[in-house]
Amino acid sequence: MEWASWSDFWDMGGYGLYVWGSYAVTAACILMEVILLKRGAGQTRRRLKRMRQWEES
Amino acid sequence: MNLYTYASPATFYHLAGRLIPWFAWSAGILTLVGLYIGFFVAPTDFQQSEAYRVIFIHVPAAWMGMFIYLVMAFWGAIGLAFNTRLSFMMVRALAPTGAIFTFIALWTGALWGKPMWGAWWVWDARLTSTLILLFLYIGIMALWAAIDDVKRGDRAGALLALIGAINVPIIYFSVKWWNTLHQGASVSLTKAPTMATIMLTGMLIMAFAAWFYSIAVALARVRAIILERERHTEWVKDILER
Repeated sequence: MEWASWSDFWDMGGYGLYVWGSYAVTAACILMEVILLKRGAGQTRRRLKRMRQWEES
Repeated sequence: MNLYTYASPATFYHLAGRLIPWFAWSAGILTLVGLYIGFFVAPTDFQQSEAYRVIFIHVPAAWMGMFIYLVMAFWGAIGLAFNTRLSFMMVRALAPTGAIFTFIALWTGALWGKPMWGAWWVWDARLTSTLILLFLYIGIMALWAAIDDVKRGDRAGALLALIGAINVPIIYFSVKWWNTLHQGASVSLTKAPTMATIMLTGMLIMAFAAWFYSIAVALARVRAIILERERHTEWVKDILER
């Protein structure tokens, strides 16, 4: 599939809003999930460490 | 190796840790390949021109939304039957990813439906049953949030997952039974796909990417859940000290 130009690519046959609107939200959902997951895992570890220190002190 | 070796959270924690990078990397590579095929190899569709390219995320997301729900129901059943803690942890680890994929399927479907059908939303059999699937996911997660006792929450969530599982075949066959607006299955196990091969290849590669992605995310999430629930054990204490 040869796109004549980048602007053609973004235009996506006139359906740019729909196609890129779909891909943008999908990418946002996936990125959000990965970021929240990484952050959550870090927070869990820190919280568990703190709780252990309290229990042992 | 007996069946229960990897049922123990400690053993599974390390196994999952080793598997995640493999699934994460293959998901990333497959996504790049799939998107390349989808946008730079697959031709313009004679009917839908370029709008059909949403298929490369709409169908994989819909498949994953349904598949993850069945996997949740399966682990829920195993947990209820054998009372294996790890099975319930797996149900909890899968729900958010399944809900996100169901939402993506509905969102991309609406953005595809608007130019092709002229409507963002129609109370069509497939769309409605998929919306119910999203509500079921949210319902299960709400149950967990509402029930403080972990064991009771696990059982309630597993039960709702099992009861809601009947909805997945309904979604799958809805296009045949009611034959409303949504198109029938272009890809099915019984007959040859009615899609151009190159488009089908791109879509299947993206489906595998979504699958590997879901495994990587679910394994990562279950590890955090395992640490949380097994925090009083020695092995978790060692991990936290490291």
